[in-house]
Amino acid sequence: MSAIVGENLSKAFGWGESSVCAVKNISFRIDFGEFVAIMGESGAGKSTLLSIMGAMNAPTSGSLCVDEIDIYRLGIEHRADFRREFLGFVFQSFHLIAYLTVLENVMLPLATVKKNRKRKREMAADALSWVGLSGKEHRLPGELSGGEKERVAVARAIVNHPPILLADEPTGNLDTKTSGEIMALLKKLNHAGMTVIMVTHSHECSRYAERILQVADGRITEAGEACRCPATPEDG
Amino acid sequence: MTLKEIAYRNLLRRKAKASFVLAGLVIGVATGVAVISFVDAMTEDINHKLEKFGANILIVPRSESLTLSYGGLSLGGVSFEMKEIQESDLARVHSIKNARNIAALGPLVLGILTVDRRKVLLAGVDFSVSKVLKPWWQVSGNLPKENEILLGAEAARILERIPGQTLPAGDGHLVVSGILQATGSQDDHLVFTRLQTAQKILGKQGRISMAEVAALCKDCPITDMVRQLSEVLPDANVMAIQQVVKGRMEMLSNFRKFSMGISAVVLLIGSLVVLVTMMSSVRERTEEIGVFRAIGFRQSHVIRIIFIEAGILSGISGAMGYALGLGAAHAAFRLLYEAHSVHMPFRPELAAGAFLLALCIGIVSSIYPATLAARLDPNDALRAL
Repeated sequence: MSAIVGENLSKAFGWGESSVCAVKNISFRIDFGEFVAIMGESGAGKSTLLSIMGAMNAPTSGSLCVDEIDIYRLGIEHRADFRREFLGFVFQSFHLIAYLTVLENVMLPLATVKKNRKRKREMAADALSWVGLSGKEHRLPGELSGGEKERVAVARAIVNHPPILLADEPTGNLDTKTSGEIMALLKKLNHAGMTVIMVTHSHECSRYAERILQVADGRITEAGEACRCPATPEDG
Repeated sequence: MTLKEIAYRNLLRRKAKASFVLAGLVIGVATGVAVISFVDAMTEDINHKLEKFGANILIVPRSESLTLSYGGLSLGGVSFEMKEIQESDLARVHSIKNARNIAALGPLVLGILTVDRRKVLLAGVDFSVSKVLKPWWQVSGNLPKENEILLGAEAARILERIPGQTLPAGDGHLVVSGILQATGSQDDHLVFTRLQTAQKILGKQGRISMAEVAALCKDCPITDMVRQLSEVLPDANVMAIQQVVKGRMEMLSNFRKFSMGISAVVLLIGSLVVLVTMMSSVRERTEEIGVFRAIGFRQSHVIRIIFIEAGILSGISGAMGYALGLGAAHAAFRLLYEAHSVHMPFRPELAAGAFLLALCIGIVSSIYPATLAARLDPNDALRAL
């Protein structure tokens, strides 16, 4: 079965005595289709671990294989291709492009893909429909609420149907009600077959995950099943 | 959404920065175009004015003697037996390679005429080309017709003749048709008549003493024309009035070099403006570039976005710079030369050159900022916010 496998991953920042080891000899396996939450205190190394999984931050040592591809053995440009085809990112602070409309923001990952304009628009409209933002295609990010911005970020992450979704504190800037909606959305995507790996320090959010990797001081201290997920709108 | 659209939208969003780059390049290109257009117009103007100076090539009979005069002072009593040129040979002048550069060809026959026991130099000329060869001539009266004569200002004074009076010449008389206003040249001392009349009086039918050529040498080196004329007239000595030609060429060449130097400096400043502005733009867009890289844009895609932006601005700058430069040259020419009609036509090669130059400067100046943007680590770019 396809999986994300990290072996003896370490990541140090800086040099010599002043170097700080954010990730220390971590090994894990996440099967495709799982919903995993990475939890821990601030500075525990969870975001660093997520960026390593996201092919954006080469580990100091160890290897990360996705679907048996050793990501950090790929060249820089091929790693960019990997991110485009395999990964979707949802950032805590949305990182939407202010001068592009909602539709254009969602279409961004398709900008380098050889598809005709009509097809790209259809894909972006589908993604927006998935996150419940149909009708707001032509708004600018500045005209949206926090929850709507997060939905646009999710739509952008899933527009090219990547198998893996990485979310860094997706509800960090949202109120409880909106957080619940975003988590329900992520759960819905997971149900649709997408692997979701989410960094959070919210126990409420972690309940949506099937499994939790607890990180402390750069190490996985605990790996276990999450508490039972609260009811989602889809659960009826 | 394509890379082109991203670049275009970013330019629209950052209008102030885009305008700054645009201004830098437009000024640079406009300066270059203005200088080239101005120098070309000046060359045209000088050529035109030099044409007004009259003949710039002389065809004289070949002589084996050395000239015994210096600075206009001739040793008295020394005379030269010169061969003469057959008038029919002059037709060969029009067969040279640069014949189209010949504006006028003026045969001249010279001889001594005795009037009231005074010896005067009689010149037979072709008055139909005198406007080109002697544009400074101003005549009180009329140019001579058959059996008429034109007196130089000094000759008229010394011979005490006014228009309408006659002058003995050969077996008959010639009527004074007009008097040349003082030119300050040797012409003041001469009496002029039609070539055929002079040949008849002097007994030199079919022969001429010399010929003057007004050559338009904008597109040809005058030395080439002298060589070509020497080849078709082997019995004649062909000479260019070198000082005028060389002085003109040297002045234009120096002015062109100086102007090009100034243009190069302005273009360098323009390219620095592009470099600095693009660098600043890249720094401002760290988040955006980080997002691009995180969602799978290759380094080459980021470079392409920056180059497309630079290309759009440079292309517009090239077109605007050409138009502005041409306008500036036009205005400067009118102002400095007080010319009311300046001919500065649309030159496709200059327009294309301006466009390509702007494009080249824009792209080259963007290489470093584009590389910097492409090398931004997506993780660092997003974490740094």
